Amino acid sequence: MSATEAQITGAGAQREQHGTGMARREAIAGYLFVLPFVVVFVAMLVVPLFYSGYLSLFREQLIGGSTFSGFGNYARALQDETFLAGVLRMAQFLVIQVPIMLGLSLLFALLLDSGRLRMQRFIRLSIFVPYAVPGVIAALMWGYLYGRDFGPFAQGARAMGLPAPTFLTHEWMLYSIMNIVTWSFVGYNMIIMFAALRSIPTELYEAARVDGAGEIRVAWSIKIPAIKPALLLTAIFSVIGTFQLFNEPNILRTIAPNVIGVGYTPNLYAYNLAFIGREINYAAAIAFLLGIAIMVVSYIVQLSALRKERRS
Amino acid sequence: MTSQPVTTQPGGGATYDAPAPPVGPRSKRRRASVHGRPNTILTIAVLGAVAYFLLPLWWLLVASTKSNTALFSSFGLWFADDLNIVQNLQDVFTFQRGIFLTWIRNTVLYAVTSAVGAAALATAAGYAFAKLRFRGSTVLFATILGAIMVPLTALAIPTYLLFARVGLTDTPWAIILPSLVSPFGVYLMRVYAAGAIPDSLLEAARVDGASERRIFFSIALRLLAPGFVTVLLFALVATWNNYFLPLIMLSSPEWYPLTVGLAQWQSTSQAGSGSQALFSMVIMGSLVSIIPLMIAFLFLQRYWQSGLATGGVKQ
Repeated sequence: MSATEAQITGAGAQREQHGTGMARREAIAGYLFVLPFVVVFVAMLVVPLFYSGYLSLFREQLIGGSTFSGFGNYARALQDETFLAGVLRMAQFLVIQVPIMLGLSLLFALLLDSGRLRMQRFIRLSIFVPYAVPGVIAALMWGYLYGRDFGPFAQGARAMGLPAPTFLTHEWMLYSIMNIVTWSFVGYNMIIMFAALRSIPTELYEAARVDGAGEIRVAWSIKIPAIKPALLLTAIFSVIGTFQLFNEPNILRTIAPNVIGVGYTPNLYAYNLAFIGREINYAAAIAFLLGIAIMVVSYIVQLSALRKERRS
Repeated sequence: MTSQPVTTQPGGGATYDAPAPPVGPRSKRRRASVHGRPNTILTIAVLGAVAYFLLPLWWLLVASTKSNTALFSSFGLWFADDLNIVQNLQDVFTFQRGIFLTWIRNTVLYAVTSAVGAAALATAAGYAFAKLRFRGSTVLFATILGAIMVPLTALAIPTYLLFARVGLTDTPWAIILPSLVSPFGVYLMRVYAAGAIPDSLLEAARVDGASERRIFFSIALRLLAPGFVTVLLFALVATWNNYFLPLIMLSSPEWYPLTVGLAQWQSTSQAGSGSQALFSMVIMGSLVSIIPLMIAFLFLQRYWQSGLATGGVKQ
């Protein structure tokens, strides 16, 4: 790097005709600055991605290694009830949990931005602090809280002579996981939205105020439209996060093994297939399908946001 | 009221394209005049919601002071009569010949190395994308941006196989190398660099004959420092909290990070070998392992808040 640098600097003596020389120098520097990231990016992201796609096209056999099977694994996945049930479960999760979480985040962000609250700093930090708790520890902690032995909910119910609430049964498990994820991420999304709200020029709604618009009206017609990019960002991150759900179910599985099966979430399924069932190729196909599903849903989210924008 | 130019759009400003927000001492804008006065009833209602976010952590704090028997015999949200906190700490740090300390060391090693590396790579790349013209930069940046949507778990299985082939599994590299890639970090740094470094400054330095390398290291880097810290912090949290990657990559407990180690203790305690007093240890271990991040977040508030602002405002 320094050799080229020295050459170029030497050429800088004739800076009168800088046009092309400078542009070249700039371009070379551009490539050099981008290079380290691109190398790691290719090695750790592009190559594994293609390798995964490659693997997914083979099928392992008991004798004689693996054979090419085309889209056989994909066909199998699309008929695999365990996989489909997992995807459906995540779709259910997406439809219920994401709107609740983002709705709460937006509500808190708007409340904080409105200046109507005392103890703003304390409130903001308290809502955000669960984000600093690793997902695994959040799941461990909530697992104990939900528990029948020394969970405070069960203790409270017992003290009042009521039956202990059953958070970890077939019926309620998905909602219990939704609660953990909501608890962890409301604050994170709130901060993104709050920061976006803060950067709206107040002039935008001073006029509305003068015209007598109330806080709710201002929030609905001015603030929310203005932070659409931030809302979109949080929505896409939530889609990605939901489909990748792994930590919480994997931890709760040790507490309720009968409720959370090997394929409770697609990700858990891919993990179990690859590392317990030793079906690497099929697991690669599942992971690939999952990636495609995420991209499709994120794309739909983006597209619908764009369309709404155009319509208005 | 203010002299700063504002891009007000007719019709409610549906597309508000702000310059990258100022980072550092936040411009204290005349919010009070536009907003109402603090409302006590509203505050109380919100504090009720705040309790939901804090109570689990309160429970963790309280539970960490209890012995295994007191966990079962006393009410969860208040302390038991005898505090067992010293004993619990001692148990956590001496169990299995003090492996918990090794896990802390591993977690710090993985998180710090990955975060510094990821932030450095993202800063150089983000700066180049924002401030240097070179052919193909748009396409390259779009590709990197698209990668934000690639689920990391789709990559974990092939990465594991590739690493197994070259003997990198069950070593720290298996965690550090994949964690160096932060497409979102590049995106953040690009937006940040675009706002933080005036073009005129670069032009002046170029006319003075400074090399691009010198411009970057002695001028740009200083201006990019807050953005760098933001990316560093988020990469740190991502690696600190990572569970899936170390779970598949590592098989020796002496390489585990806290997340995998604690999960393993928990599954042992659930597996019913009830004679072992593992519950209180898992709880104390959880508390100990979240304290460093909480402190980091408290002290670096300025950075993560402004960093998320940068990411969220522009798209």
